Parts: sequence; C-alpha cells; structure tokens
Amino acid sequence: MPNILVVEDSPTMRQLIAFAMKRVANARVIEATDGVDALKKLSSEKIDLILADINMPVMDGLKLVSLVKSNPSYRGIPVIIITTEGAKEDRDRAMAIGANAYLAKPIQTQELIKLVSSFISS
Amino acid sequence: MEKELGIVKKAEEFLQMFRKGEEFTKELLKENEKLRFRIAQLEDAIDRSADEARIKFYEERIRDLEEEMNSLRERYRQVEEENKDFASKYVEVEEENNALANLYVASYQLHSTLDFNEVLRIVLEIVINLIGAETFVILLIDDKTNEIVPVAAEGVSIDMVPKVRVGEGIIGAVVKEGESYFAADTGSGDVTSLSPIVCIPLKIKEHVIGVIAIFSLLVQKSSFTNVDYELFNLLAGHAATAIFSARLYCQSERRLTTLQGFLDLLREKPKSRR
Repeated sequence: MPNILVVEDSPTMRQLIAFAMKRVANARVIEATDGVDALKKLSSEKIDLILADINMPVMDGLKLVSLVKSNPSYRGIPVIIITTEGAKEDRDRAMAIGANAYLAKPIQTQELIKLVSSFISS
Repeated sequence: MEKELGIVKKAEEFLQMFRKGEEFTKELLKENEKLRFRIAQLEDAIDRSADEARIKFYEERIRDLEEEMNSLRERYRQVEEENKDFASKYVEVEEENNALANLYVASYQLHSTLDFNEVLRIVLEIVINLIGAETFVILLIDDKTNEIVPVAAEGVSIDMVPKVRVGEGIIGAVVKEGESYFAADTGSGDVTSLSPIVCIPLKIKEHVIGVIAIFSLLVQKSSFTNVDYELFNLLAGHAATAIFSARLYCQSERRLTTLQGFLDLLREKPKSRR
C-alpha cells in the first residue's frame, strides 16, 4: 500500500485529493497543511509520493520541494506540484528545483490518478 | 505308304488346328490389351471424377469457411464497436464519478461549520480550486440598507469592490431576478465596473441572499465544463444555506452573549447593593 503525502492548506482540496487517491492502488493518504507540517510527516512516516500545493502559509511548496530534493533521505521521493499557478514560468521554476510533475488547478481527477499511478507503479 | 499319308494328313490337320489356336490366342491377347486400355481409361475417369468431387467439396468448404470468417469479422467489428462504446461510457461514468466526488466534497465542506468567516473561506476555496476562478467576489444583501455588499473577495481587494443596489447592473439584476448570468466571452470581466463573466445568485428556495460574481479565470482555464455548471448550481443552493445558517448562528451567538451579559449584570446588582 503506497503512502501519499498530500501537502495542501485547503481542507477542500485535501479531501478531494484524498478521495481520488483511494482509487490509486489503495493508497494511504497522509495529510499536511504546509511545508513544515510535511517535513514532520516525512520524518515519521515512510512516504512514496508527495502531492504539494505551492501557495501555503508557513512554508510554501517550492521551499518544500527544494528541501526534499536536497535531502539524501528524501531525494528519491517523487513530488507532484498541484497549484493554481498555471503560467509556464511557474511550471519551469518548480521543475528546475526538482519537482517531478506539475498539475495546474482546477485539476482533472483522471489526469491526477493517471499521473500518480505512473509514479507509484514505477 | 498309306499309313504315312495318314500321318501327314493328321499332322497337317493338327498344324492347322494349332494355327487356328494361335490366331485365336492372338485375338484374345488383342482383346485383352483393349480391355486393359479401357480399364485404364475408366480408372482414369473415375480418378478424375473423384478429384472433381473432392475439389467441389473443398470449394464448398472454402465458401463455408469464408462465410464463417466474414460473419466472425462482422461479429468482431460489432464487438469492437461495443468495446468502444463501453470505453466511452466508462470514461463518462468516471467523469460523472469525479464530478460527484467534487460536488460531495464541496457540499460536505460547506456544511462542516457554522462559523460565518469559515463558510466564506470554504466558498472561496471551492471557487478557486474546483472552478478555477482567479478574481471573484461574494456579495450579500444587507437587509437594513437593501444594498448588495461585498463580504469576501479573491484576486482583488474587497475595498475596491463597490456596493450595488438591487436591480442595478448585472449583479443587481441577478439578485432581483434570481437567475444566473453567464457572459458570452469569459475574458470580458471587469471588477471596477462590476461586469462579471459569471454571476450566481445565492438562493434559499426563491429567496436570494446574495451572489458570487466571477470576473476572471485562471490562465489555464479557458472555458467552463459541465462540472462547473453543476458546481454553480450547488453553490447557488448549498453555499446560500451554509452562509445563511452561519450568519444566523453568529447573530444568535452574539445575542446570547449580550443576554448573558445582561443576566450576569442583573445578578451582580443586588449583591453590590448589599
């Protein structure tokens, strides 16, 4: 059973993503409300994939990605960014700091499931 | 001498008989050869007719197999079509399923609290994350002044949004008529002139309590989907109920606190007199 860490400050989005993730190989969803909370969850749980928003209080998604990718223990965990920032430069910036994929909101659930499945199966 | 002549005569007769026998045998041999030739011809004819029968049989078999193959091809084509049909239905069901999940989550979140500001925050979240709006405002009717007042905004400062009178402009008309407004061009919205691209009345039955006015969409969102219209319908009803309930709850909480204050004051006064 893969563990998916959903880092999102919006409870609505967290619940929506958790709903979708139940349909991906029976994934277990661990929720975090911001980057700092996500780092705590990373140290206490074995995480297989991270789904992170960019605009969050305390620590944003981009900072979280750079910290995850610079830590040898977490570097291998794929990170998918899910954000309202749909411009190409935002996408390029996220990919440059190590994000593995980028989805712009409003998300298409099938697209998210497909993307997550591709990372989980590989 | 006579005896010798008799012997010669007999020998000639025997010779003659022998010659006749020889001729007869030759004729028999000829006849035999003819018959053999005839038999060979007949055998050949029989073989040929057997081959023809076999060819005919195989031709019929080929025809049958071709017919069977064609019917199988037809069946395969039908199955392929059915398969495509099922695949597209599966996609439709999946989309429907996802749409229902969105609606369920939105409705669940809207009714998860009685805190007025929290309800407004949830409405904002739904409109940003599920619909993909960039600039929008929630406006509610002020019962005292009968004005439509902005109470929450995203993508624009709330101070920039003017109040509107019922019946005035697009927003005022939506409040008055209770019907949603969708502009033909999703890129034509403007906050300052209060020209939204979408304006959804927040209705409890036929009573309009306010509107959600969307002025622009996120860069990646070019148009609305069926799910968006479902969400608009959901927001029109559920957001209105949630906002109305939360507002009533806040008011009753405030009144309760005031009354409690009075009661406490009244209880304290006799003590202070003593």
